[in-house]
Amino acid sequence: MNSSTRMVLSAALFIAALFVPQVPALQPYLTQIAFLWVMILFALTWDVLGGQMGYNSFGNILYFGLGMYATAVIQRDLYFTVEEYANVAGGEQAALTTAEYLFGLGLGMGTGALLAVIVAALLGSGILGLRGHYFAICTLGLGIAAGELASGWDYIGAGSGLVTPLLPDALGERGPFFYYVFLILAVIAFLVLRRLYAGQFGLAINAIRDDEDKAEALGLHTTRYKTVAWCVSAFFLALTGGAFGNLVIFIDPTDVAFAGPTFGVWMVLMAILGGKGTLWGPVIGATVFHVTQELFWTYLFGWQRVALGLLIVVVVVFFPLGIVGWMRERWPKRFGEVVDAEARKAQISLEGES
Amino acid sequence: MTDLLKIDRVCKSFGGVVANDAVSLSVPEGAIIGLIGPNGSGKTTLFNSIVGYHPIDSGSIRFRGEELSALRTAEIARLGLLRTFQQTRIFGKMNCVQNMQISVPHVGDSFMTMWRRFPPEVTERAESLLKFVGLYAKRQLRAEDLSFGQQKLLEFAMALMNEPKALLLDEPTAGINPTLINGLIDRLKRAHAEFGITLFVIEHNMRVIMNLAEYIYCLAHGELLANGTPEQIQNDQRVIEAYLGGH
Repeated sequence: MNSSTRMVLSAALFIAALFVPQVPALQPYLTQIAFLWVMILFALTWDVLGGQMGYNSFGNILYFGLGMYATAVIQRDLYFTVEEYANVAGGEQAALTTAEYLFGLGLGMGTGALLAVIVAALLGSGILGLRGHYFAICTLGLGIAAGELASGWDYIGAGSGLVTPLLPDALGERGPFFYYVFLILAVIAFLVLRRLYAGQFGLAINAIRDDEDKAEALGLHTTRYKTVAWCVSAFFLALTGGAFGNLVIFIDPTDVAFAGPTFGVWMVLMAILGGKGTLWGPVIGATVFHVTQELFWTYLFGWQRVALGLLIVVVVVFFPLGIVGWMRERWPKRFGEVVDAEARKAQISLEGES
Repeated sequence: MTDLLKIDRVCKSFGGVVANDAVSLSVPEGAIIGLIGPNGSGKTTLFNSIVGYHPIDSGSIRFRGEELSALRTAEIARLGLLRTFQQTRIFGKMNCVQNMQISVPHVGDSFMTMWRRFPPEVTERAESLLKFVGLYAKRQLRAEDLSFGQQKLLEFAMALMNEPKALLLDEPTAGINPTLINGLIDRLKRAHAEFGITLFVIEHNMRVIMNLAEYIYCLAHGELLANGTPEQIQNDQRVIEAYLGGH
């Protein structure tokens, strides 16, 4: 597949995605399909560190929850006092005008993203000095600690959670509205990452993945690249979290916001399933994962977790490189890799002029 | 000639093993200096100390007058003092051109340069240096698909791409096909002459080092055993004994 066919295909996919909410048959599933874009965002943002940089993080869920809480708190505090809000929460009265709602959501998501970037920069400059398993284990604690903290903090609803304001009627149903929010976010994240991977940033984090000592020996600012990579990931995750809280309306500290055992693990699985360290891998992995998960839930109810577990085992054993990784090994030419048997076998010579 | 690199009474021990014991030597600007010695004599340890891979116990290492012993590896590399590894290190999953592109000098990197795409000049320079080491035909292959010797040449090209002032080469010809060795010596000499890079070379192959270096230091048991021109070293009884196991 050359680059122009790929462009046409991507554009066609995007246009098709724009029209999905207009298809009557798909109406009941819109929230589910909006979830798909969220899954793609999870996998894409995880892959920045996990795939492209070779740092397996189990704590990225921290930024998702952070963005979610920041957004919800700002939406609340802009127009209500905490007491007022506690009384109306869950009731019909928590309605805002369209302008108020959109301003609150936008300001909240922006602030959440900024906060997440700051936290990622602070945490990153500390724990990104750890390598391999040590880093992975350290990040595992982050999500858990954040969940515990959120469960104990009354200002953000503590263990009983936080309710987001209702979507004003003028903006239509929640399903289609957030479908578009997440679609746009996912497309922007994809394009930004594609651009970053194509330049010095992409090669630098790949170099860190392949041999960090060598990267340092060449004078690369490895700590700077690692920290920025985590900030990029945190930025998009916080935006996703901010909108996600509004989609599901109710924020539970450990089951929704800092949901390490579900979302936190899924983002790793989806990226591996699709192919770590490839651009399309996380997108395809998230799609396959989400669709099969929904199917298992529908047709294998009661056994859905078992089926999911089996799927993971099959993928890890038979496709350790993931779907895209496997395809790339099988048809390298279609991925723009030059497989020149002549060049591979060619004897090199250093005689004479070069 | 002024001293580009000056090492003064550097000591380094690992537990009870004294790897470098009060080693002093100097590498003048524009020279090709050799470092030889039997296995385990502390050559690579000295290289590691110079480039900040591990802290030294005592002594001083100065590069263009600047003390290196408190700096980190990447900072030292950005000063223009680069090393290659005995166990060749390249970026395996990236192709040769990408390996070269990311090896550009990083001394002027700011927060903004990390977002840039590589300008065409960088790619052109990468390709011309790959031609220089004979790897041009393989430029699109992943570095891990190259043979060991070819990876060694790639690593050398990457070092040149970094535009160092001095290059520390740890056994540049080990594992290289004998038919390529003469070509490699030629490339090392040309890198020295055309790019003006000072070379400090660890080498076991006596034919190579005698041919290449203008002045040689010999280490044994972590101490400086002898130093002199290749002729003096070749005829030094202590050096011959050290290599034949006379110690």
